Amino acid sequence: MHIDLRTVSITPLRQTYNHIAERMGADKTASRYLEATMDLQAETNFHYRSTWDPQYEIHDRKRTRIVMQDWYDLKDPRKYYYGTYTRARARMEELADADYKFVETRGLAAAYDDAARQTALAFYVPLRHVAWGGNMNGLYQGDYGFGTAIVQACIYAGMDQLGIAQYLTQFGLLMGGREALDAAKKDWLQAPQWQPLRRLVEDSWVVEDWFELFVLQNVVLDGALFGVAYQEVDASLTERAGPVVSMLLRFQIEWFDEVSKWVDSVMKTAAAESDANKTLLAQWYRTWRPRVVEALAPVARIALDDDGAPAVARAMAAVDARMVKAGLSV
Amino acid sequence: MATVFIALQKNEESRAIVDAILADNPQATANNEPAMVKVDAPERMVIRRETVEQEIGRDFDLQEIHVNLVTLSGNVDQTDDEFTLSWV
Repeated sequence: MHIDLRTVSITPLRQTYNHIAERMGADKTASRYLEATMDLQAETNFHYRSTWDPQYEIHDRKRTRIVMQDWYDLKDPRKYYYGTYTRARARMEELADADYKFVETRGLAAAYDDAARQTALAFYVPLRHVAWGGNMNGLYQGDYGFGTAIVQACIYAGMDQLGIAQYLTQFGLLMGGREALDAAKKDWLQAPQWQPLRRLVEDSWVVEDWFELFVLQNVVLDGALFGVAYQEVDASLTERAGPVVSMLLRFQIEWFDEVSKWVDSVMKTAAAESDANKTLLAQWYRTWRPRVVEALAPVARIALDDDGAPAVARAMAAVDARMVKAGLSV
Repeated sequence: MATVFIALQKNEESRAIVDAILADNPQATANNEPAMVKVDAPERMVIRRETVEQEIGRDFDLQEIHVNLVTLSGNVDQTDDEFTLSWV
């Protein structure tokens, strides 16, 4: 029997959805990110307003003082929609878990220098409460923000914070057992060094404007905190007792690098939209910056002694530089 | 005029690569074949890592194009930042 193989080319009638084609100006293949993001959130024909908040629609542009002509300008340079986001995080988690396993099987945690261990536990484990605060704030932005482009990325950042809280918990359990978690919670609630930071985190929960909260949480607090915790303190512990702790902090270190790209791009786009936005963002930045510096200084002291305050200043200066690059006058 | 070309399997990853090629090489044209995209350019075509990274939204190693590569024609000049096809 003779069989002829023949290629039949079937041209699709449309390359993408109409609303995507309208945005791109032509019917051409769009990225999955665009298809899973643009104009996804409802904007019109809402039914009832919340009885507890009747001045706003369910999704309302007016929930922040930032004004955008098109909220979908705030795209994510990482192009994360649910699929790519979960895949990227699964990869990061695989690597981080492999490091944990390596440290466990080699008994590296037990062999770690004891004085350095005490420092690491006292500094890192209470940060899980800060990360949980970040989780709350990320979800708040996701709840009250406008437009899928920014909202989905805010929720991802919030969920990442929950993951970070879990990694810090795992870190505490591995290096110090359950008592380490109890001690850290006690420090968080009572130790005087932690109270300014705890007050700041709790104050952040009642910031109403979700974009102001974005500036406070994602730009100022995370920017300075991750600089101090995962660069300064990490480097000092590595110098004192080798790179074991650094291995266990891998997720946070990689996450901060990645998320900063998104944060910078959101700030840059929002600031470029109008002078009013630029002024407002700079004003929010200047309001929260001294609070964060004040809150982090005593905490940095726990791990860095007299180098604590200069370390916070260096981390804050790095955030300042990022914001200047994004177009803010800080 | 001699044409250089590169053909990639048609999927989400190579869509970003093709977009990057079209952005960096104004004379390049993409031809959609079944399950494959063939990009032609006169004399020279360059794939830049930085542009692909912008399109794809993550760090990209130019070696990754081999995962989706079907065929190509032209002399290859490869660095960490650029993958160039040309007849020069």
